[in-house]
Amino acid sequence: MSGPAKPSSYWEYANPVRFMRLSDWLLPVTAVAAVALTAIGLIWGFFFTPDDFRQGSTVKIVFLHVPAALMAINAWIMMLVASLIWLIRRHHVSALAAKAAAPVGAVMTVIALYTGGVWGQPMWGTWWAWDPRLTSFLILFLFYLGYMALWAAIEDTDTAADLTSVLCLVGSVFALLSRYAAFFWSQGLHQGASLSLQPGTRMDWAYKAPLYVAMVGFGLIFVALLLAGTRTEIRARRMKALIARERMGG
Amino acid sequence: MSAILIRDLRLAFRAGGGFGLGLGFFLILAVLVPLGVGPAPQVLAAIAPGILWVGALLACLLSLDRIFALDHEDGSLDLLATAPVPLEGVVAVKAFAHWLVTGLPLVLAAPVLGVLLNLPAPAYGWLVLSLLLGTPALSVIGAFGAALTVGLKRGGLLMSLLVLPLYVPTLVFGAEVVTRGAAGLSVATPLALLAGITAGSAALLPFAAALALRVNLR
Repeated sequence: MSGPAKPSSYWEYANPVRFMRLSDWLLPVTAVAAVALTAIGLIWGFFFTPDDFRQGSTVKIVFLHVPAALMAINAWIMMLVASLIWLIRRHHVSALAAKAAAPVGAVMTVIALYTGGVWGQPMWGTWWAWDPRLTSFLILFLFYLGYMALWAAIEDTDTAADLTSVLCLVGSVFALLSRYAAFFWSQGLHQGASLSLQPGTRMDWAYKAPLYVAMVGFGLIFVALLLAGTRTEIRARRMKALIARERMGG
Repeated sequence: MSAILIRDLRLAFRAGGGFGLGLGFFLILAVLVPLGVGPAPQVLAAIAPGILWVGALLACLLSLDRIFALDHEDGSLDLLATAPVPLEGVVAVKAFAHWLVTGLPLVLAAPVLGVLLNLPAPAYGWLVLSLLLGTPALSVIGAFGAALTVGLKRGGLLMSLLVLPLYVPTLVFGAEVVTRGAAGLSVATPLALLAGITAGSAALLPFAAALALRVNLR
């Protein structure tokens, strides 16, 4: 056996050794880029954009609110894909990445809910309203909690990975159903989508540009935290294996 | 399959506890709510549909761990898993038995409790119909949650955390049917959506639950 061949497909990174080698340099790069882009996006958005003529400077919380909300949903979608990969191809890195993504997604959900409340207090006159968007985010948070609780409750890692994956698949369907149920159930205060692929401007480029930068920054924060979390999980499992081997050897 | 159904029903009736507990809980909830919010008839009439649906949901949740936990403890779940019937079928039958023991009594008791909560007259029919259509979904979703947590020691609280978010759509549409019925509005849309959730859950979730059971039994 000569040295490892150059990876020829993405699946090669399902090998924990390859993944560790890749993330070894990818993690610092994404971490630095994430901090830089988020800082640029937020500072640009907070200090170098004009105030809205009706809402004043309160509108600037959008630069924190929208990227966090975006990543709260995307983290769950990433967990769904990783769970599917684990169930179909049984790559351990995939299961561990799903596990690592959950707390990040949960925190993003809290940030989105909190910044929404901070903005809603002066604008809507209330911290919280049972608006469909707010409600479905709260429900999404509950799904994150349940998912993390199930991971924490099961000792055997493969069993935990299997069961949480199934929960993630079923939960995705029900989270989507809950979203539509919430929209059916109450008419909201929350405005429509801030950004859209449909033509027709909703936001001026003066706001859009820093928002996009902040969104990319938040995406990279997620990737960096995900890589760090997955590396921790892999190391924890290696340590467990080493301890077990030590005991066997006596 | 019918043998499993008869066995589960016999166990529920003769071993005691499972049959009456859910109903008792439902009754206590319907008594506690007016004590908590006050006896004003308008207030009670406004919240009655939601309270009755939440009560039915919680009563159903309480008895979920009985679906698989007892069978897991005495080893009969392993026998069922190796039996020539598909495990998916076993799950579906056990969920159906759970519904017969828990859901159906709740449906029948709900109008009586509706009187206690001053439910408006036109809503009674819709209350029974919505619970009849919706509680099977609660049993099937609950069976999935029970299958996920069957091997765990103190799985009950965790199961609540897993199952309750899954109950959200059923609760929203179910309570909406009764609220609209009470107000004399058209209930066709939420009723159809509720029936759709039940049909979809009953068709698909036994597969997910059986998958979880196989993982837990390996």
